[in-house]
Amino acid sequence: MSAAFALLRRDLRLSLRQGLDVALVVLFFLAAGILFPFAVGPAPNLLAAIASGVVMVMAALAALLSLDRLYLPDFEDGSLDGLLLSPLPLEVIALVKALAHWLTTGLPLLVAAPALGLILNLPPVAYLPMLTALLLATPMLSLLGGLGAALTLGSRRGGVLITLIILPLYVPVLIFAMAVIDAARLGLGSAAGFLILLAAMLLASLALTPWATAAALRQAA
Amino acid sequence: MTGANGSGKSSLLRLAAGLMRPAAGGFLWDGQPVAREAEAHRRRLVYLGHADALKAGLTVRENLRFWADLAGLAKAAAASRVEAALAANELQGLADLPARFLSAGQRRRLTLSRLLLQTAGTAPLWLLDEPTNALDAQAQQRLLGQLRDHLDAGGVIVTASHEHLEDLPGRRLAVDDFEPAPFDEAMLLAPHDALGEVA
Repeated sequence: MSAAFALLRRDLRLSLRQGLDVALVVLFFLAAGILFPFAVGPAPNLLAAIASGVVMVMAALAALLSLDRLYLPDFEDGSLDGLLLSPLPLEVIALVKALAHWLTTGLPLLVAAPALGLILNLPPVAYLPMLTALLLATPMLSLLGGLGAALTLGSRRGGVLITLIILPLYVPVLIFAMAVIDAARLGLGSAAGFLILLAAMLLASLALTPWATAAALRQAA
Repeated sequence: MTGANGSGKSSLLRLAAGLMRPAAGGFLWDGQPVAREAEAHRRRLVYLGHADALKAGLTVRENLRFWADLAGLAKAAAASRVEAALAANELQGLADLPARFLSAGQRRRLTLSRLLLQTAGTAPLWLLDEPTNALDAQAQQRLLGQLRDHLDAGGVIVTASHEHLEDLPGRRLAVDDFEPAPFDEAMLLAPHDALGEVA
């Protein structure tokens, strides 16, 4: 347990000391989102209609951008060998790495999302559903992203490959997260069903991705 | 182990550590195939490859403390072991410096300090890939002393090296001429055996 905590503390420490990493993810999220009013025009109704979708897609892309620092540094500097040989099960290592990634990307995005919602004229009723959906969706982005990062270790053009592997896996997450937000925005009634589905998907990724990631890491060594 | 570049010394070490799986054959520890007790094998070995496995953003002490914690050492033991290892490799003065400021030799000394975090009783098997790289004469002598202490305490060392370690007791394995043996005669990594013979 303390070994898992040591790994979490190390990853968080490294991310926060290179504070730019966290800031860049948030800045990308905001800057890319702000492009939309310029591209589709500032009509408030149009923006309100696309706001939640833009927030979700930008969150997925921002998470994607930061995936190469999940396993690649450990792979390149030899630390991954030490992790593979530690008494800590590799599945726990994958879980801890995803948690550290979420704390340094998903959580900051969650905090920044209302700001982007404001810029994109998101209706007030949609804020709480958006944050709830993000709270359930962003950990999945980290868990699935960890799998993609582990699978592409050691391959040339790993960054592009991660994108191709992971984006299809992000589609169901986006669909149900959008369903939660739209139910509130359009007054379609309770979003509880979609929230439960989203939560079920999160639990399934929590249970399955660490094993898949661990298998991929063993192959990479 | 000696052998030309690319002859397979590092691969053999990675195989022995369990980082790679052999296409055929295997390793025995006390007569037991290590593949069948992978977790116990991981606990008893320290593997240091040629990469230093250091984080530039962490201090010298934090780097070493991470490996101590990861090995499962209790808090108090980890703290005292880390200080002892730093002292043994004359790194105390640099303990609070981020590792990015270290020279190649100092980085190597920090990596080698991981050997001193556990005892020969808990982690008897050291797998070292070119451990003397970048070390100056004094640090090499210090390492040689630590290797001897480990052997005296009943530990086992498998090391790939071009030079500097000739004085250690043990068997020489020239990897160039190494013919893979069938499984039951595979390389024996048994504590009593490895120490006994001098080639």
